[in-house]
Formats: sequence, C-alpha cells, structure tokens
Amino acid sequence: MYNKDTSKTQELTYELKVKDAMDTDYITVNSSTTMKSLRDILKKKRILGVPVLDDGILVGIISIEDYVKCMENGRLDDIVGNIMTKDVISIFEDEPLVNAVRNFEKYHFTRFPVLTREDNKLVGIVSKIDTIKGILKKLEDAYEMNKESNKFPTRCLINELIADGTCLELKYFVEGKNFEKAGNASTRLKKSLKKLGISSQITRRITISTYEAEINIVSYTDNGEITARVNSDDITVIISDNGPGIEDVKQAMTPGYSNAPGWVRELGFGAGMGLPNMKKFSDEMNVDTVVGKGTTIKLVFKINE
Amino acid sequence: MRLKEIKEALEAEVLTDNYDPEMEILLGCSSDLMSDILAFGKPDSVLLTSLNNIQAINTANVADIKVVCFVQSKIPNQTIIDLAIRDGITVFTTKLTMFVSCGKLYQIGLPGCSYLTFDDD
Repeated sequence: MYNKDTSKTQELTYELKVKDAMDTDYITVNSSTTMKSLRDILKKKRILGVPVLDDGILVGIISIEDYVKCMENGRLDDIVGNIMTKDVISIFEDEPLVNAVRNFEKYHFTRFPVLTREDNKLVGIVSKIDTIKGILKKLEDAYEMNKESNKFPTRCLINELIADGTCLELKYFVEGKNFEKAGNASTRLKKSLKKLGISSQITRRITISTYEAEINIVSYTDNGEITARVNSDDITVIISDNGPGIEDVKQAMTPGYSNAPGWVRELGFGAGMGLPNMKKFSDEMNVDTVVGKGTTIKLVFKINE
Repeated sequence: MRLKEIKEALEAEVLTDNYDPEMEILLGCSSDLMSDILAFGKPDSVLLTSLNNIQAINTANVADIKVVCFVQSKIPNQTIIDLAIRDGITVFTTKLTMFVSCGKLYQIGLPGCSYLTFDDD
C-alpha cells in the first residue's frame, strides 16, 4: 500500500528550498564582540546562537553552549573570536530543505547559516522551527491550490451538475504486441489529467499504474482498453482485455515473479513488478481474471483528502 | 545539483535541443528494468539506463523524471529523441559504462532515489 503520509512530508521537504524556510531577520555579532555582550544579545533577542561576521564574511558561529562553557572556565572577558566554532557547517539557499533536515540529524546542531551559492554571502539562518514553519506554509499553499483547482472548468462542471452521481469517462484503446505504441495510452491519460487540474502527485501515481497495466496488455494479449473515470472524489481506472487471464493471481502479485516471454524482457519489462507497482501506487485494487477469457483490473485513486 | 555538473561528470553528449545547464537535479537512479524505475524513481531525477527503446522515455515521462542518459555509447534513434522532446525530457549519451556512470555521479554527491526514504545511512 502506498504510504501517503510519509510520502507527502518527504515530497514537501524535497520540493521546498532552504530559502523558502530560512529566517532572513537574523542577528549577527563580530569576532571582537565580548562574551558578556553576547549574553545580553542572546538574552534580549531570546535566541540560542548567532553567526559571527567580520566585514560581511562568515567566520564562525557561537551559541549559548559556548557561553556556558566560558562561564565554567571563567573566560567571560574573552572575545567571541577566541571561543566561536570556526568550522561552520553551512547550507546553500538553493538546496532542498531535506538537506537541512538531514544535517540536523547528522551534526546535532540546531541551526545552520544559509549562504548564496554564487558568492558565499550570508542570507539567512535555518533552524528546526523554521523548517517546520516552512512545511506548514507549504501545506497551507497546497490547500489553497487545491481549492483553486476546483476552478478548472471540467472539474467545476462535474461538481456543479445536478445528479446523484457524475463522472467524466476517458477511454483508450491498446493494441496488443505493438511495443512501439505501448505507453501511448498512459501518456495521453497523463496529459488529460493535468488539463483537468489533478495534482501532479496523484497524476503520477495514476499514470505509473496505468502504464504498467498497458505494458501487460501489450505483452500478453491481442488488444485491450483502459477506461479512466474521473469522479468528484476519486479516479477509477479500469483496464480490461480478452487475453489469456492470470492463472495464479497471488503468485503474480509477488514482487519479482514473472512469466513474461523473452521479447518483453528484452524491452525492459517482465521484471515481475507490474501488479505489485499497481498495488503500491493505488488506493484500492481489484483483479478479476478468468483463464482463457481475460482480465479486468480496477484501480481506485482518491483525489480529495 | 546543476545538470551541467552531471553532464560534465558523465562526459556526456546532449542529444535533445531542450538542454538547460542550470536545471536542478536532486537524485539519480539507474536500471534497465523499467518497472524498478517506476517503483522507486523520484520526480526531478536523472535516469541512467542502457535500455535503448522508447519505453525508457515513456517510463521517464510517467515517473516525472527529467533527464535520461543512455550509457555505454548507446545512441537512441530519432523516434526516441522526438518523443523525448515532445515530453520535455532531456537526453544524454555517455561512453562510460553503467557502473562507472553511477560511481561518477555518486562521487560528486548526487544521492540515489532512495535518499528520500531516509533509510540509506
């Protein structure tokens, strides 16, 4: 089963750049600042650490922990430059936010200075809190966009038509044994789903599953058809053929199991991941097959969550 | 990572006219089995393959993969290149083998597609 929760968060931290989450309203000190005045700054601004800048160049970072150590060693009259961490782990503004998340784990620091890739100029600070705020903001935007997507005329029409149920049906015919055309139905379906305003994540899951099914039709049967029904809260894809049927569905669902002929394998398929991939990317899957008669696979993808 | 860094590391030749050197590529994957790519490939990544047929492009298209690099001097035919251009996919070819290509990209810091599952270290 496709784990949507993990996947969504992962995708967000991966789509978001560090600059989308960083704090640009940051405080800096320079290396000649005394530890005493550092304490006042940290206390006044209620922050736990600051970058150290000399003539606009990042030379170090100093935190409340360094201050505590100084206090223990009686070095409070010393200057920041002698105490600070000089090997600063920084991050570029255009890196994906997931890199910051991984750095938090890896180095156990709570914040990283953010630099421009071009001239290593300090442009912000990214902390765990900033990361969480950034993700929340992105979620909010995604929510707004979701509302926007209802403005797409076709989906709007589906929602406004007065009936107990409405759906838009897209049908594609698939020619068996013709590998040159395999993928044609799925790529056309993908374009149509985009036009309907379906999100790219859901479109991707639908077209990957449909593509696997299309490859199966081409590999094992003379012809088949794919029907995508766009309902108001889900998209149901029905793939049917009059092919040989699947003898042992349970076996066919096992990742890596395949009885594909050699010519299919030569073309990059038949690795035994077709049905498992359909299962992985769909919310519901139903396989109806009769040996010698054909197979119908029904895949359901929920669109309003 | 910028696409130009990837091109340089792979000593690759560009076969489509949609090459954007500044395009940001975050992850990489490699296989000749397209279902494997569909199972673990991630959007905005580069695919290394020696599978020289239109299904490599179709797979990249449905999985939102932006760049396909054919390894070991494989050069796709015009039909494949036209399809890639239509679908907005950039195509490279490299003389390097699959093993060396993956190694070069990993060496310059391009993580694999499993990076996103946070379980590779």
